Formats: sequence, C-alpha cells, structure tokens
Amino acid sequence: MKYRGELLRINLTDKKIIKEKLKADIFSNNLWGRGYASKLLLDEMDPAVDPLSPENKLIFALGPFAGTPLPATSRMMVVTKGALNGLIASSNVGGYFPFELQHAGYTMIVIEGKADNPVYIWINDETVEIRDASHLWGKTTSEVNTLLKDETHPEAKTLEIGPGGEKLSRIAAVIIDAHRAAGRTGVGAVMGSKNLKAIAVRGTRGVSVMSNERLKNYLTKIYERVKKSGGVTMFRTYGTTRTVRAINSIGAFPTYNHKDGFFEDYLLIDGENVNKEILVRNGSCAGCPIACNRISKVYWNGEEYVGGGPEYETLWAFGGQTGISDLHTVTYAHFLANEYGFDGISLGSTIAALMDLFESGIIGEDNLPFPVKFGDAEAMINLIHLAAKREGIGDLIAEGSYELTKHFGHPEFSMSVKKQELPAYDPRGVKGMGLAYATSNRGGCHVRAFTVTEEVYNTDDPEYRLKYADKALIVKQLQDKQAVVDSLGICSFARTIYNADDFSEMLKVTWDIDLNPEELLKCGERIWNVERLFNVRAGFTREHDTLPERLFKEAIKTGPSKGEIYDKREFEKLLLEYYQLRGWDENGVPREKKLKELGII
Amino acid sequence: MKVLTINTEKCTGCKLCELACSFVKAGSFNPLNSAIKIYYFDKNLEFVPLVCTQCRDAYCVKVCPTGSLYRNPETGVVEYNKALCIMCKQCMMACPWGSIKLNLTSDAMIKCDHCGGDPECVKYCLQRALLYVDVEDAVYFKQRETATKYLRGE
Repeated sequence: MKYRGELLRINLTDKKIIKEKLKADIFSNNLWGRGYASKLLLDEMDPAVDPLSPENKLIFALGPFAGTPLPATSRMMVVTKGALNGLIASSNVGGYFPFELQHAGYTMIVIEGKADNPVYIWINDETVEIRDASHLWGKTTSEVNTLLKDETHPEAKTLEIGPGGEKLSRIAAVIIDAHRAAGRTGVGAVMGSKNLKAIAVRGTRGVSVMSNERLKNYLTKIYERVKKSGGVTMFRTYGTTRTVRAINSIGAFPTYNHKDGFFEDYLLIDGENVNKEILVRNGSCAGCPIACNRISKVYWNGEEYVGGGPEYETLWAFGGQTGISDLHTVTYAHFLANEYGFDGISLGSTIAALMDLFESGIIGEDNLPFPVKFGDAEAMINLIHLAAKREGIGDLIAEGSYELTKHFGHPEFSMSVKKQELPAYDPRGVKGMGLAYATSNRGGCHVRAFTVTEEVYNTDDPEYRLKYADKALIVKQLQDKQAVVDSLGICSFARTIYNADDFSEMLKVTWDIDLNPEELLKCGERIWNVERLFNVRAGFTREHDTLPERLFKEAIKTGPSKGEIYDKREFEKLLLEYYQLRGWDENGVPREKKLKELGII
Repeated sequence: MKVLTINTEKCTGCKLCELACSFVKAGSFNPLNSAIKIYYFDKNLEFVPLVCTQCRDAYCVKVCPTGSLYRNPETGVVEYNKALCIMCKQCMMACPWGSIKLNLTSDAMIKCDHCGGDPECVKYCLQRALLYVDVEDAVYFKQRETATKYLRGE
C-alpha cells in the first residue's frame, strides 16, 4: 500500500521524537484528521487532566488527501483538551503549513509533555529537531514567521503562537503562516503551556497515489465541476464577507452583545464594501482552486497594514457585536488578533460583553483605563493591546467573556455556551443554530452543524427558520456529516463542490480504500460519540447543554426577526428529542448500547 | 505561435500549477519537480509564478554540448531530449532566470515544454493568472484592461 500516513510523536519533556505508522484499525473506523486525533486523545489521555498541564496532548491532524490537488482537502485540525472550557477541542485551519507538513511525510503530529524553556520544532523532511526559541518569545506571529524562515529555509511554512498563547490566554489561537487561525477553544494556550512557540516545516518528499490514471480522471471530472460551481464563484468573489448582508437580512446578525439581531450600518462592513474599500487581491490555501482568502489593505492612525482577512465572523465580532461600523477598524482588529494570536470571535465578543457591562452601569470608569462604550473604535483597539499584554482589564479580557463577566458578578452577560463565545448567527432568528450551539462538542460553535443552509436556503418556507420542529434531526445529521468532512481534511466551503458519493470515490481513486457513504456516515456518528464520551468523562453533562439566558428572555428588538426569543420549553423539548435520536440517556450520556453498537467500548 | 503568459496580479498562490506540472511530468505531486514555481513575498502577501520564457536565442541551447536542448522550429519552444542529456548541468548555469533546474532525483533536467501544446498548469489555474494564448493575443487582454481603466478615468 502506497498510503504512507506517518505520525510524528514529540515529547517535549524528555525530547523524544518517534515516528509511527497510522493504524488502519483506527482510520477505517474513525477516519483521519479530527476523528483519528479524537480517538487518540480518548485512548491515551485522562479526559479530566488540566488542559494547561504537561499531561494534556496537542495534536495536529491532516486528512488523507492533503498535499494533492483534490479541491480544498489540505485542512488541518488542532485537537487537544481546550484551555477555554476543558472540552475536547478541535480547531480547523488551512493555509500552507498543512500542505507542507504532508509533503514532509507526516499526516499527524502529537505533542506531549512540556519543555523546560521556550522551544520550536524544525521539521525538514525526515530530520526533526527541537530548537531553542528564547529569542522568539514575546514576538508577534508575523515576526516569528519571518525569523523562522530566516533561520530554517526561506520556503519553510510556519505555525506559531503570539503573546496570547504565551501568556496562556484562554482565547488564544494557533496561527498559521502569520495570517490564518486555528482560533477556537484556546488551543494557543495549550501550545503556550508546553513552552512550544512554533513549528516550522519544509517538505520535499511529495505525495504519490496508488493509481495516477484513476486520480487523473477524477481530477478532470471534479475540476469541470469546480469551474461551473456558482458557490465557488461566490466564495471567490466575496470570501465569507457577503454573509453580513445575507444574515442581517433575516435579522439573525447579533449586535451589541446580542441585545439585538440586526445592524443598521451593515452595508459598511458587508462584502461589497470590503471589495470596494480594502480588498487588494485574493489568496488561497495550498492546493485549493476556490481562493476565498481576502488580502486587504487598511489604515489605522495613518499607518498602512496589509494582511489576510477579514472574514464574516470577524466583521461581526469586531463590528456588529461591538457596534463598530468602520471597516478599517474592524479589519485592523482582525489583523491584530492574528498578530497577537487570539481567536477573533471570542476576543470581539468578550470586548462586547465588557462594553455591555459598562453601559449597563455594572462596572464604572474606576474599573477601566478609559470608557468602553459600544461603537468606540479607539477603545476596542486599545483593549486588544491590553489583552495581549494582560495589563489591567486586559488580563480579564484574555480569560474570555465568561470569566470576565463572572469576575464582575454577572456571567449572564457572557454570550457563550460552555464558556465559548457564540458566533455570528443569532439562534433567536435561526432556531436550529440554538440546538447546534448547545450540543456542539467544543462549546458555542457554528461549524459542527451549520443549519442555516437547511433552514434558510433549502426551503420554500420563509418562516421555517423560526420553527422548532425537525431541528433536532437536522442538527444530528449535520453533526455526523461534518465529522466526516473534518476527518477527511476537507474544507467546509467545499460543500459547494462535493456530493455525498464523492468522498468514497476519492478514497478509492487515491488510496484504494473502500468506505461507502453509509459507512462514512457511521464513522461520523462514531466520531461524535467519541468526543461526547470524552466530554462526559471530563465532567460535562446535560446542565451544560444550554444557551445564554438572554436568548431565552430578551427578544430581538429590530429587523426581520423583531420580537423573537428562544423559547426555553421548546429548547428543552428539542434537547431531549436530540438525545433520543443520538441514543443517549436523559442526561446526555451515551448509552452503553449505543457505544457498543459503534464499537467504541 | 502560442505563448504562456503570467499575470502576477491574479495569482493567489494556490500551488495547483506546481502540483499539475509535477504530476504530469514526474508522476507524483511535488513542487520540486515542477517547471513552474510560485515565489511568495510575505510582507504584502504577493505571489509571483515563474516559468521558462522560451528564449528565441536561448543560452541553454547554446551551451548544451549534446543537442539535448533544441528549439522546435514550428512552435518556438525549447524542448529537452533526456536520452541525449549527459547531465553536465551547463544549461542550469547558463539560464539567467533560473528556469532550468535539476529534478529531485538528479537524473534529469526540468524544462518547460508547454506539454507539447496543451500546458497542464494552465488547466488548473482557475484564477486565469496563467494563460496559453496566440502570441498576437498575448497583450490584447492586458491592453484592453488598460483601455477600460482610461475609459473609467482611473
């Protein structure tokens, strides 16, 4: 079998580096990427460990098609016990590093232990070294990217943490190539806790498949489809930025820390304006023909900044959620989040929670270096700088909105599920997203079951998004499907390219692996249950599967979803229905029968 | 006669040209076996693909002692016959742009030959940064864009 699939295990405590073959009995049941890594974590680690202790493991996992031209298949999952909330974390990222890692010959890296002093890892094909990184400590991500290329190879690709991860901010991200983020769940803090500043990789071993002819035929077919895809054209033209208009137009664009679901100034931060005002050109992840990346140029205080972004989520977090409509400020905040190594969603929403506390009179100017009102661009940028230094109020911002609002005695001001800040789809205006947030295995997150497509676009009923019926089944099915997509290293945006049968065909034409669509979906369900079992063992249960009280109590005030709340009784009903569909008990614990059926125990 | 043109403003750095070239020429995906290469400039996130320009009076042909490199009179493309190559690497030294290089296993030179008139890289360049066009059309689109800008007063 030509399929190489090597795993690189690096223990930072005793500096041991081991290369292992990927195990067929794991990938044929749990697939690769997120699935394989989650299984390793459940098998090898006590789910109750402190996420910032040396006992936690940090896994970087690719799919089986990484490094090939199969469209949008070189994504990487960062899997660990998350620092933000102690759930099993998997944070997805693209860019060049994942592609380069596969070309160096590795499908996964497992980091264990903790280094005594700051280190970085240099992977040059077969040669793997742990090197001193004391000169890199304190540096921002773009500085690290430049310095590492100088001292390794100019063609090397990098993965790094910024001051956020070093200072163990619970909302710290792992940054790739200085411009892309594995943002969510505090994976950057886990990396920081291991004293691991960066990984640089150079890969020249390439990727060979079983049958060139079969793959060539498939590539010809799939690229014809890519060329004709309207979805691809949309992503290429606007990236994710035009979602501002789409979601605001249904009144599900959370604003002012979820006090409302509609933004009057939405056109200023929407995709059309991004293209007109700040877009320089498109960028791509390696091996992807979609090219959805934005490369933008903005001005702040007379200085010019060029960087990757913005995305829909950051346009919202630093825009609608904080009430700021200046595109340059919002995009500059996105750039700063990457420079310092923060998750943009959590950082923006945490600042919004602080603004909310201030405007509600819960905290006054004595707690703050300056007033922090909604819509204050200068204040937001200064708060980001403070968070990176963990100085004054910045020290609390770095802990995320839950810890910050709890510190001031009002955790209900945190728009989070299981401490993770909710993304930019207001569940009051798209009911399925509420259950998706409440049951996501990593806390408040939109990419485990993106119900918006089903509830808004694939229906003739404009009111369907506001109904509760069917939503439990939709969420369950999407979660299983997405687990497959993530575990094959495929980008979520490729949903506009691939059909259900494609993944099986791709496994066949590349590695001669037989897994039919039903078997793949079963793997998806298995992966979901492995993650849930990890979370149950980490102490999570039904009481954590809920939404912020504000969404149950306060109605959206303006726009097309005006008057909508999330009905709590309907929510409880949905949750129980969801547990039943999953084969879990009324506390959300997978029943033994289900775990046996899936072969997990 | 056809030429392979590059528009750096449209390149998004996706590496598909490199993958396509290495796959068709060397049978596996490896940018180091590709005749086309993208250079990355991190500061402003710029991408510049480079490939052989098929010189009319080519240094590589001049220095080749065995006739392994020769200009196809019909297409104007400088082609490479591996059977005649003695691997002296003089072509690599002579090319002022670095357009000829050794393959990964050091048993052949990598030389762009437009895939015999149907370049694989162009097929995968969905951003249309790479185009394979008749020589008389090579600047047509570029000039038309300039004309459009004049019209808009930019």
